Amino acid sequence: MIIKQLSVFLEDKSGRLNELTKILADNDINITALSIADAVDYGIVRMIVGRPELAVRILKENGFSVNLTEVACLVVPNQPGGLYHALKILADNQINIDYLYAFAIETTALVVIRSASISEVINVLKNNQLELLLASRVYQL
Amino acid sequence: MIWNPSVECASREQMREIQSQCLTSMLERIYKSVPFYRNKLQEKGIEPGDIKSVDQLKDLPFTLKNDLRDNYPFGLFTVPQADIVRLHASSGTSGKPTVVGYTGNDIAMWSEIVARSLAMANVTQQDIIQVAYGYGLFTGGLGLHYGAEKLGALVIPISGGNTKKQLQLMVDLGSTVLACTPSYAALLGESIAREGIRREDLRLRVGVFGAEPWTEEMRAQLQQLLGIKAYDIYGLSEIIGPGVSMECEHQCGNHINEDHFIPEIIDPKTLEILPYGELGELVLTPVSKEAMPLLRFRTRDLTRLHAETCACGRTLVRMEKCLGRTDDMLIIRGVNVFPSQVESVLLELAETSPHYQLIVSRENNLDSLEIKVEIDEQFWSDEVKQLEALKNRIKSNIQSVLGISATIRLVEPRSIERSEGKAKRVIDNRK
Repeated sequence: MIIKQLSVFLEDKSGRLNELTKILADNDINITALSIADAVDYGIVRMIVGRPELAVRILKENGFSVNLTEVACLVVPNQPGGLYHALKILADNQINIDYLYAFAIETTALVVIRSASISEVINVLKNNQLELLLASRVYQL
Repeated sequence: MIWNPSVECASREQMREIQSQCLTSMLERIYKSVPFYRNKLQEKGIEPGDIKSVDQLKDLPFTLKNDLRDNYPFGLFTVPQADIVRLHASSGTSGKPTVVGYTGNDIAMWSEIVARSLAMANVTQQDIIQVAYGYGLFTGGLGLHYGAEKLGALVIPISGGNTKKQLQLMVDLGSTVLACTPSYAALLGESIAREGIRREDLRLRVGVFGAEPWTEEMRAQLQQLLGIKAYDIYGLSEIIGPGVSMECEHQCGNHINEDHFIPEIIDPKTLEILPYGELGELVLTPVSKEAMPLLRFRTRDLTRLHAETCACGRTLVRMEKCLGRTDDMLIIRGVNVFPSQVESVLLELAETSPHYQLIVSRENNLDSLEIKVEIDEQFWSDEVKQLEALKNRIKSNIQSVLGISATIRLVEPRSIERSEGKAKRVIDNRK
């Protein structure tokens, strides 16, 4: 249930994100999810891709600083209170979330969650009958 | 091993005698052959025969870097061109380069003092020395080369650059000593880690680093990266090149080969001589040089001298590791800043690498300092709050060490240009 997310440190320079996505495209690596945390003079690109280990190797070879971070991907219904229900469970269990990003379409919403205690996140959500996506499925979305 | 005990362990009285004799003879030579010095000495009413002791050095005129430029290329040579066997030149960052000549005896003397220096670092005939200083007009490569041969060690004259080849030969030939600039040593160390070369594949045990100022923190980092003991070698092309002074195994300052280079410390403002132990500008008189002896050359390097006999047995005066050249010193909002101080701060933090650049600008008549810092490839967090906390930590450490605030800019690993020779640490946009 643990999903390996790529985190890439990018300087605030025009064209840098373009280079990043070109390298992935040239190597036939698909991006399933992407979000950027932007600070004043740099950004951190967080993305979920097919074949994450290969992507890390190729990006490193091309001079990017890239780490793998463990995240979970939660499925909630696309309706009012869908996210609240899941987050309340985490809050009730005193689990702190570092960041998350989400997108909804049609009847479902997908939420990527990062926490320092990611295994605990997964256990708590599973025990409360919430649906988590398997890594193999996420990489291929 | 002490290469030349009769000089390196001479009593202070013996050393003064050697220096006095050389000084008298040098004054005769420059008075006779160099109009520049003849004029300067005449202005002060000094005839060569007047100077009998090294104690009178304080009455003699100084030589500045600009005097070398003004007399470019051969104006300060004391011998006919036929007696010169080699030239070196310093990079002319501001205008003309400076040219330095050597006779056959000068080259022999240089080889001797570099052999002494290597022996101070416990390098022996058994060692394999990879000389990764640049060969050419720069004195580093050939200086180390001739000294290492004089010592009888095996020299790999690979010169600077070509990092892949450096690593291959280091492993295949089993280099035991690496000689290069500390910034290139850092690059090599980084590359060793990245190429997955294991410690047991290397036989390196000693690093001989110089040609740019470096800190104790950098020493610790290089020793750890390369698995060596790192020694500082000091020199400057105007005087001869590397080997003017060198650390022994006790690393309590560099022993100056003062039978050839008479050291003084002066207050750069008043030009008064300062006593041992006080911080000031190092002045050197390369007293035995034939082709181009200089009188009281102002090095612009700030240091202190210590005269007590060293635990290694040498009596040669020791100079502290240079804080930096007065030329490298930046004055930002009226505060003196040396790039080496920034290096110390960065190397104390695990999340940053020793690769950095200072950018000084002036906006609305106010100086601003930006420090570009590469994040460490291994130890960066993907959370903005952690990176911002790191920035704040750097900022507050810089503030407490330098006394001024700086903008910290985190940049990608390997994005600051790497140097195979001397690193370019400062971009001053105020000029």
